[in-house]
Amino acid sequence: MPLDFQQNFDAKLELEIRVEPKDWMPEAYRKTLIRQISQHAHSEIVGMLPEGNWITRAPTLKRKATLIAKVQDEAGHGLYLYSAAETLGITRDEMITQLHSGKAKYSSIFNYPTLTWADIGAIGWLVDGAAIMNQVPLCRASYGPYARAMVRICKEESFHQRQGFEILLKLSQGNDAQKEMCQDAINRWWWPSVMMFGPSDTDSPNSAQSMKWKIKRLSNDELRQKFVDVCAEQVKLLNMQIPDAHLEWNEENGHYDFGPINWNEFYDVLNGNGPCNKERIAARIKAHEDGAWVREAAQAYAEKKARIISNNSEQESLMEKQLQTT
Amino acid sequence: MMEKQDWPLWEVFIRSRQGLDHKHVGSLHAADAQMAIENARDVYTRRMEGVSIWVAESKNIHASSPDESESLFEPANDKVYRHPTFYDLPDQLKHM
Repeated sequence: MPLDFQQNFDAKLELEIRVEPKDWMPEAYRKTLIRQISQHAHSEIVGMLPEGNWITRAPTLKRKATLIAKVQDEAGHGLYLYSAAETLGITRDEMITQLHSGKAKYSSIFNYPTLTWADIGAIGWLVDGAAIMNQVPLCRASYGPYARAMVRICKEESFHQRQGFEILLKLSQGNDAQKEMCQDAINRWWWPSVMMFGPSDTDSPNSAQSMKWKIKRLSNDELRQKFVDVCAEQVKLLNMQIPDAHLEWNEENGHYDFGPINWNEFYDVLNGNGPCNKERIAARIKAHEDGAWVREAAQAYAEKKARIISNNSEQESLMEKQLQTT
Repeated sequence: MMEKQDWPLWEVFIRSRQGLDHKHVGSLHAADAQMAIENARDVYTRRMEGVSIWVAESKNIHASSPDESESLFEPANDKVYRHPTFYDLPDQLKHM
């Protein structure tokens, strides 16, 4: 009886009991989760590219090792999220096809280029910082596999932000050229990071329903405000500026006021006109195609082993039969 | 050509220290058991989380039905006497 199922589902949401893969759920709930989780997964995988760009040019061995570890983590995060999405009835193949065809989106922040080593610091501090701000409330999302993936991701994410800030801190204590490079990276990554939280909820079509379904726990604007408040304090330790002339502490409401966001740029990049959109997808398609022989070889090897094992057990039972009849 | 062949899904269980039990940590696709273990090592033990990895194909895991959990677990509901705190004994009693 569909009525009972709907009531059970509503009760679970009310009581903060997780919805699990085998539970009944509204078709629209399933669809929106598939969209959100798969796009989250794509973002992790595509996010490996701008940082991977600097692995061969990290200034020290320690920086190289920590950057590699961070990028490895992002691959793992993509996996946790693809796995969570698959519990809802979509296959990995379908999701990859959607990414490559442009049907599925990923976080538009990754369509910006990493031009200097300082960009790696800015990404760790600002982009991972914004991601953490977004991901902590998702640990309480109503869908069990998604929430649990987020708990694991959040644990791993904390070193990412510290790694980034440490890079910027070091640069900010360096020579003039290094300080300039640090400020320049902050100048280029600040506004795109602020835009990561998405449009104001009144302009965001999915927000209201996601909040009702307890997938989304805090509004875009709330998260964005928290982010600005936190960064405005952290930047002081760098002796750097946030590139916003309107950034100012508001004593009355206990938050930082900040300047207007250029939403035209956001939608432009989202629609494919960012500096690196084509490059990112091309890199993903190439990786998938270049890796095909590995997948085929693994498959062929597994099938060959299975054949040998089944041949052996056939021979064993044949021999047993012969022994019995003699 | 096995291009679009879906590899089986494996559930991964990790034991973190000698003597503890394996805990379920997640799942992954792999062509066979050895690949599943190696991938599990790469994905789920980056921070020295484990001394032992088990992998089992997801199709071999059978789960109780969530809709039946009330009736399935009902027998234990009224048996609080299985807990030590149910028994009221004087404080002077030691080693028990």
